[in-house]
Amino acid sequence: MSFINYSAREINCKIVYYGPGLGGKTTNLQYIYKKTSPDAKGKMISLATETERTLFFDFLPLALGMIRGFKTRFHLYTVPGQVFYDASRKLILKGVDGVVFVADSQVERMEANIESLENLRTNLTEQGYNLDAISFCIQYNKRDLPNVVPVEEMNRVLNPKNVPWFEGVAKDGRGVFDTLKEVAKQVLMELKKAGR
Amino acid sequence: MAGSDLVMYEEEFKQIDEELSKLHEQANAKLTFLVDKNGQLITTVGETENLDTTSLASLTAGNIAATGGMAKLIGEKEFSILFHEGERDNIHISIISQRVILVVIFDQRSSLGLVRLRVKKSAEALSNIFNRILLKVEKEKGVKGEAKSPFAEITEEDIDKLFS
Repeated sequence: MSFINYSAREINCKIVYYGPGLGGKTTNLQYIYKKTSPDAKGKMISLATETERTLFFDFLPLALGMIRGFKTRFHLYTVPGQVFYDASRKLILKGVDGVVFVADSQVERMEANIESLENLRTNLTEQGYNLDAISFCIQYNKRDLPNVVPVEEMNRVLNPKNVPWFEGVAKDGRGVFDTLKEVAKQVLMELKKAGR
Repeated sequence: MAGSDLVMYEEEFKQIDEELSKLHEQANAKLTFLVDKNGQLITTVGETENLDTTSLASLTAGNIAATGGMAKLIGEKEFSILFHEGERDNIHISIISQRVILVVIFDQRSSLGLVRLRVKKSAEALSNIFNRILLKVEKEKGVKGEAKSPFAEITEEDIDKLFS
């Protein structure tokens, strides 16, 4: 649910990074934060536990620049990945414009990926959205690890609709901006459709 | 898509700003601002220097969302007013029209009673303005073919430029 302010000539969109616990959602945001020039970003807020597990959400406001005379801002959020934080995840999905699913490529996390993706679908439906209709892309993270599932297999299991996907190593930045760009593009194209 | 996009027009924005300024003055507040329930800051009045208002807005929305979740669990529709008391500054948060959040930050120059009273008065006026905006958005949606949205003409090139 974007916010268009004709008075301030601004447009704000909300993007949520979803996925299983310890999959690299926060790391994606941290990398974006690190690599963005100071005048384009706000403070990154992390509501995390003492052991740096996300408790409620991470938040990073990004000002990307002008489109047709409008300041374009993206608010990036992550959800807490751990299963028992489901109530919080639902809240963060409210008013979302685009979703990035950060999957953990390690063999032993495939089940967690599947569970989290199903959870995303359910929670979106509860908010009145449809995962197949919303702006959405997938990042297969941690491709640098030795025990990863082949991309073809991950696509077969997690991406039957063949939405745009990227291989990632979020800690080094691989795939991070490609993923963000893809979801941002989809969100803006959605606005274009709505404006017609 | 759930709900409709929030759109703010020049005319209503002015009215909101005026009403908020009035409240700010009458409540003797330090900072008064309005946030969309999704965490998008709509407008602020008061002392914003050295204050990260974007983060404040997002956390306010998170706060309202969390207490709203708690309300549902105990069978309430929502908690329409939240109050946080600090050593110097206090925050009064209230929901308007179930859609926007009004936040008043104040110190010892004001009081909770005064803030509550003034918020209550302004809430009605603000609520009316937001209802008018919703009607306007619906009306504009109905006018097919005369697209006013600046985004109707976005090209992939425009988007690529954002990331270059």
